[in-house]
Amino acid sequence: MMDVIGLSADLSLVTALSYLLSVLLPTMIIAATPLVLASTGELVVEKSGVLNLGVEGMMIMGAVVGFIVAVESGTPVAGFVVAALAGALLALIFGFLTQVLLSNQVATGLALTLFGLGLAALMGQTYTGIRPPQTTRLDIPEVSNFPILGDMLFSYDWIVYFALALVGAVWWFLNHTRPGLVLRAVGENHDAAHALGYRVITIRLAAIAFGGACAGMGGAYLSLVRVPNWSEGMTAGIGWIALAIVVFASWKPGRVIIGAWLFGGVTILQINIQAANLNILAIAAIVLALVTVVMIAFNLRTKSRQGWIRVAFLGALALLGWAMALTWPDFRLDSAYLSMTPYLTTIVVLVAISGDRTRAALNAPASLGRVFHASN
Amino acid sequence: MIRLEPRLAPSRTMMWGTPVLAVIATMIAGGILFAILGKNPVEAIWTIFVDPILDPYSRDELFVKAAPLVLIAIGLSFGFRAGIWNIGAEGQFIVGAIAGAAVGLAFYGTPAIWLLPLMALAGMAAGTFWAMIPAFLKVRYNANEILVSLMLVYVADQLLRAMVAGPLRNPAGFNFPESRLFHDSAVLPLLQGMPGLTQYTRVHLGVLIALILVPLAWVLLRKHVLGFNIQVMGSAPRAARFSGVRPSSIVYICLGLSGALAGLAGLFEVAGPAGQLVPALPQGYGFTAIIVAFLGRLNPLGILAAGLVMALTYIGGENAQLDLNLPRAAISVFQGMLLFFLLGLDILVRYRIRFGARGIAQ
Repeated sequence: MMDVIGLSADLSLVTALSYLLSVLLPTMIIAATPLVLASTGELVVEKSGVLNLGVEGMMIMGAVVGFIVAVESGTPVAGFVVAALAGALLALIFGFLTQVLLSNQVATGLALTLFGLGLAALMGQTYTGIRPPQTTRLDIPEVSNFPILGDMLFSYDWIVYFALALVGAVWWFLNHTRPGLVLRAVGENHDAAHALGYRVITIRLAAIAFGGACAGMGGAYLSLVRVPNWSEGMTAGIGWIALAIVVFASWKPGRVIIGAWLFGGVTILQINIQAANLNILAIAAIVLALVTVVMIAFNLRTKSRQGWIRVAFLGALALLGWAMALTWPDFRLDSAYLSMTPYLTTIVVLVAISGDRTRAALNAPASLGRVFHASN
Repeated sequence: MIRLEPRLAPSRTMMWGTPVLAVIATMIAGGILFAILGKNPVEAIWTIFVDPILDPYSRDELFVKAAPLVLIAIGLSFGFRAGIWNIGAEGQFIVGAIAGAAVGLAFYGTPAIWLLPLMALAGMAAGTFWAMIPAFLKVRYNANEILVSLMLVYVADQLLRAMVAGPLRNPAGFNFPESRLFHDSAVLPLLQGMPGLTQYTRVHLGVLIALILVPLAWVLLRKHVLGFNIQVMGSAPRAARFSGVRPSSIVYICLGLSGALAGLAGLFEVAGPAGQLVPALPQGYGFTAIIVAFLGRLNPLGILAAGLVMALTYIGGENAQLDLNLPRAAISVFQGMLLFFLLGLDILVRYRIRFGARGIAQ
């Protein structure tokens, strides 16, 4: 099986598994962290009824500002803090335009992205090709050196834990505090919230600034830890994927982590397959087989006839893929096709999540994207 | 105390006054930006906005740059009016260029008059197909067309890389990732000898076609029932549904139209100024066209003017790069600011700004 994929045959299952858990899993979590941060911020913004499509612009601003500050000051923490401030500041331009000047949120979000990409490129000109100072890792000698588990759980920098804590905090804020309830009320029905005396615009501006700060930190994580480097246009659509993750998560904070890890996993797998020059037919067959197994497990509960037809179809595809892989063991795809996978995955996931219209309508904040103007 | 008072009807003066105001405001803010960068602001603004009009060669280039922007923006404006946000015009532009180039290369060396029309058809078909993906997924699966069309930009970009590195690579090009140079009948003829153009003009047939399409689009939007339905769909979706407009067909038409025009623009770019398929072909026209569409008030005639203004910033920006050593990215900041100012000033169209305390309610 190993040589069909293109791996050397003497690789044992144990080494493969430990590689998966102690090398691939940590890189996946690092790849997912910018997404966790940016999506959590955008989730709060959308919960308040505002659709800010400028995540990409705020992320790249965070990336460049965080990078510059960290390089100049030598302390990554300062980079992250200033990146968050820069993201919030940029978001407030969006907030001023959409909340005070009542501009269209979709168009303004796009403007924010275009502006942010340009401004970041302008600011970062002299900073390409520099290595940033290293962000400190959580290093507890007793647990971090523990085989596999140490790498899996305790080998990260503090931002990874911060991002996860942030998700928890946002969940608690939205579901268990009064201000969280008010924020959700504003997002569901801004006219009713206004009539109750809540300051719709102030609350939304605060949410927008918070979303900008999160996106800025996510961007800084890209340039300071994940890559770590600054280059023009380095976000490459991650801000847009963060928007898709909010939809995927059905506006529920906990699911943001699942979504971000899914995309982190796809990205890392794709990069590793490119680097190891593996047979993509065999990989596709294995993925299809795994999906088939998951669907069988689902079907054992629901037992729908249509479901079994789907399972049979997918299983047949997996077998076909495996047969093709055996026929052409030297099949290699241009790496450009593999680079498409994160974007294609986004589309597939969006389709899968949005298909059920009633459920999508139930989860989305009812006032999302609507302009609020107190007429009296 | 400043307050906003809704107007009963949108102000027509402000409707066309705000784009002009936005350009002026951008010039001022841009001047401040250039001063921060240590350049003489007056000189920089002059180089960007006035010099290209005075220089005959730059004036020609203005049309070459404006043509794809106008084409794409017209397509987008239909969707934007109906509330269908095609953000992926850049991707449709790229696949249009790929498909057109593939047809041109397939008939490499064939001296035929039908080759260019065939390439144009292929480009439009590919652009339409690329735009039909978000349209289908929106209609059938309710997937957000903004995100889907945008993701397809990145996919198209990778497809372009794969194509120039693989099937469409120049066989005699030392493995360099670019296609052959097209032969003569696959290249758009230049409009040399047209009055007003220079001897070495790069203005090609595509520019003329874009110009012809502007009034056609205006007629479609203002005088045809389809344009009316699109506008009703945007401003009153429920009313549109009661009058028998099917939302799904509007989605298909708007996305298909913008995809076809973006694909055509891509073909014009590859068979015009570029003359071959290269990975650096996409230059963000699909995104800049969004600004052009708004600056032109989603009206084909306005878009023509806006496209020329935006082309001015491109050409002037290139000149400023050479003459004043102004960084290239400064122009993107400039264009982003323009959209900000435009959207911000938009409030003057629908609201009056009142100073002083509130009067007696009427």
